[in-house]
Amino acid sequence: MSTAPETLLTSKQVADRRAPAAHVSMFARMLVRAAVLRRRRAASALLAMIVAAAVATAMMNLYVDVQAKLRTEFRNYGANVVIVAKDGETLPADALTKIESVVGPKTLAVPFSYAVARTKDGQSVVIVGTDFARARQLNHWWKVSHWPVAPDDVLVGMRAANVVSANRQPFELTFQGKSIQLTPAGMLQTGAGEDSRIYLDQSEFQNWTGIAPSTIEVAANGTSAEVEESIRQLAQILPSASIRPVRQIMEGEANVLNKTRATLYASATLVVLTSALCVLATLMGWVFDRRRDFAIMKALGASERLVNGFFAAEAAALGVIGAIFGFFIGIGVAAWIGRVNFHAPVVPRFSVFPYVLAGSVAVALISAILPIVLLRRVQPAIILRGE
Amino acid sequence: MMFPRLVYESFRHQPRRKLLAGIAITLGVAVATAMIAVATDIGDKINRELRSYGANLVVTPQEDTLDVEVGGVNLKPPSDGAFLNEADLPKIRGTFWHHNIVGFSPMLPVNVKIDGEENDVVLMGTYFNKALRFGKEDFTTGVRMTHPWWKVSCGDGKPSSNCTWPDDNSQNILLGERLAANLGKKPGDMLDVSGHQLKIAGILSTGGAEDDQIVAPLALAQEILGKPSAVRRVYVSALTKPPDALSARDPKTMTPEVYDRWYCSPYVESIAYQLQEVIPHSHAEQIRQVAQNEGTVLARIKGLMLLITFAALFASALAVSAAMATAIYERRVEVGLMKALGAGNLAVSAIFFAEALLLALVGGIAGFSAGALLAHQIGRSIFSSQISIEPVLFPFILAIAVFVTFAGSAAAIRRAVKFDPVFALRGEG
Repeated sequence: MSTAPETLLTSKQVADRRAPAAHVSMFARMLVRAAVLRRRRAASALLAMIVAAAVATAMMNLYVDVQAKLRTEFRNYGANVVIVAKDGETLPADALTKIESVVGPKTLAVPFSYAVARTKDGQSVVIVGTDFARARQLNHWWKVSHWPVAPDDVLVGMRAANVVSANRQPFELTFQGKSIQLTPAGMLQTGAGEDSRIYLDQSEFQNWTGIAPSTIEVAANGTSAEVEESIRQLAQILPSASIRPVRQIMEGEANVLNKTRATLYASATLVVLTSALCVLATLMGWVFDRRRDFAIMKALGASERLVNGFFAAEAAALGVIGAIFGFFIGIGVAAWIGRVNFHAPVVPRFSVFPYVLAGSVAVALISAILPIVLLRRVQPAIILRGE
Repeated sequence: MMFPRLVYESFRHQPRRKLLAGIAITLGVAVATAMIAVATDIGDKINRELRSYGANLVVTPQEDTLDVEVGGVNLKPPSDGAFLNEADLPKIRGTFWHHNIVGFSPMLPVNVKIDGEENDVVLMGTYFNKALRFGKEDFTTGVRMTHPWWKVSCGDGKPSSNCTWPDDNSQNILLGERLAANLGKKPGDMLDVSGHQLKIAGILSTGGAEDDQIVAPLALAQEILGKPSAVRRVYVSALTKPPDALSARDPKTMTPEVYDRWYCSPYVESIAYQLQEVIPHSHAEQIRQVAQNEGTVLARIKGLMLLITFAALFASALAVSAAMATAIYERRVEVGLMKALGAGNLAVSAIFFAEALLLALVGGIAGFSAGALLAHQIGRSIFSSQISIEPVLFPFILAIAVFVTFAGSAAAIRRAVKFDPVFALRGEG
């Protein structure tokens, strides 16, 4: 009794109801069965796809991130911007906080003030007031035996030491009639002008000489465009100072970075091309191998479009799956390289994913379509006869 | 003589497929060769680029007095202190590591009086691009090599043919850009410097203390100071090896063997030591800002390229084996036929391996040449200098090509050999 309503349907209605469902499921079934029945070949094609996508992801991630990593390395060269009070003017007392508010908290700004004092036997020597904690962070290359701790401790340059205190005893300096007793805490060696100077704490220096900082050295992070933007902003908030980029540092950095970037770009392109070649070779072989499937489908009356669509869908599916797995593996590889080489992880960039996905699908489609175009000219009968 | 014929016929009848496999091997080997060449040379290339940070060594007189200098202005009487002898400078080319010395420039600051300026101005005497001779060797050196960020213009920051570097034997000078703005002088004008009438050849921009100074040929500065052949300090730009445990040791405490090794390594310390040997009464020291940082940057870039080279080798190996596997997989029917006619597994594998060897050798040679060309192009376009490929690499690369081709073929050959001839002949692949 329950079947009665069905018998009332015409055969056309049944066909109509089943057709779309059957069509879709047959297509999907063919895709799945093709992969399951030849799983070894399918697995090797997928593996090639994954490796290629992983390598491409790792390369793109590195290409973007390495430049930022190298920039932080270049900041070890010290300040790239110098702020100097204009003639007859002084820097505002809150200059340091102003600078930090403009160029961001990660930027290092170190104040320096200069004066010329006299030793007991009348020799001139340059004395510098600074903030030791900041100077130490900015100038990594300073070779210092002991950083000063107590307020009247000073840092004596290698060459200045011979003049003021050869045996590292406390010594006396005079500035405009005012004398001060200083204790050398450590020796400073840089190979440059610093070797002839004596560094003391800024507040101690100001109490003694009454001179406020006239120079602030800034290590600004970022690309050269970002640094130039920082310089422009600094010029606005500090009208009494002239802001100068340190050309030696900025140009050296730009030069090395550009060359490294170009090399990286060339190598990354080569590596990505090679992995695309690998996918092409594997996938073309895989599709070519299945010319028998192709012939049977055509012999059974499948349209050109259906056959093309079938192989294209198969390739696209392979491309998508490969891209997804490869992307995550590639992120892992990039992070590993970052840890090994730069001792800091490379930040995963998900913005790379669309490119990897599009590239994978495109390569997969090309490697599927090429053999199909070759096969289309061949009669199915010839393929089925095994020639 | 069946064996060579089988191999020969296989190449003759499947030219297209052999070509495909051959192309894959060639491309893979080319990429691997180029990457190895770039990776082995990148250290030297980046080291040279790092020289754009300027000199990493400075030579001063041994009994030098203190510099009393604030903001680029020297507050010390000019004739004070000791000097080096200019005549000793070409000997720098005679040091053990002279090939690593990119250039050097002597400096002689002199305080001078200028019309319309009440304060003293520093006139810095130096070499711009001076032609010198050591022994039988002619060479040029000067600030154009050691201070590449110094720019000469007509005052607008753009290079121009009217305003150029002065000749080292001329009476022409460069005016620092801030000093030029203060004085209102422009190139071509004459300037009265302590009684000497000097022509301004161009405006110098350095971003440093020289922007407030006059820069002149060394001979002119010596003439003004009245001390012929006097030099205050010499900046030396040298290619060095990054510091390690040995470099930091004091040469006085070394055993003779360790000392020889230290002396014959281009550490910044050993080059400084050798400079002291050739220039009498001198003290050479590394400029730590430049010298200490280049090692880390160099190590980072080299490490990165090494890792990328591994990625490239891996990708090429995979591409080659994929191509080989495909080529062999397609020939199962042939294997079936051979086995049906009584060929053993060994004989069949031997044929395939012989083909693979032939492909690998041809592809390896072609790939090596293509890779050398590629490396050459990369060197030319990026570093505008040669990336030379060591001929020693050739057998090494060829061995890799053969190994990778064999490894890539092995699995496919094993599967092809194992395949039951009955199925193969019935066409049920």
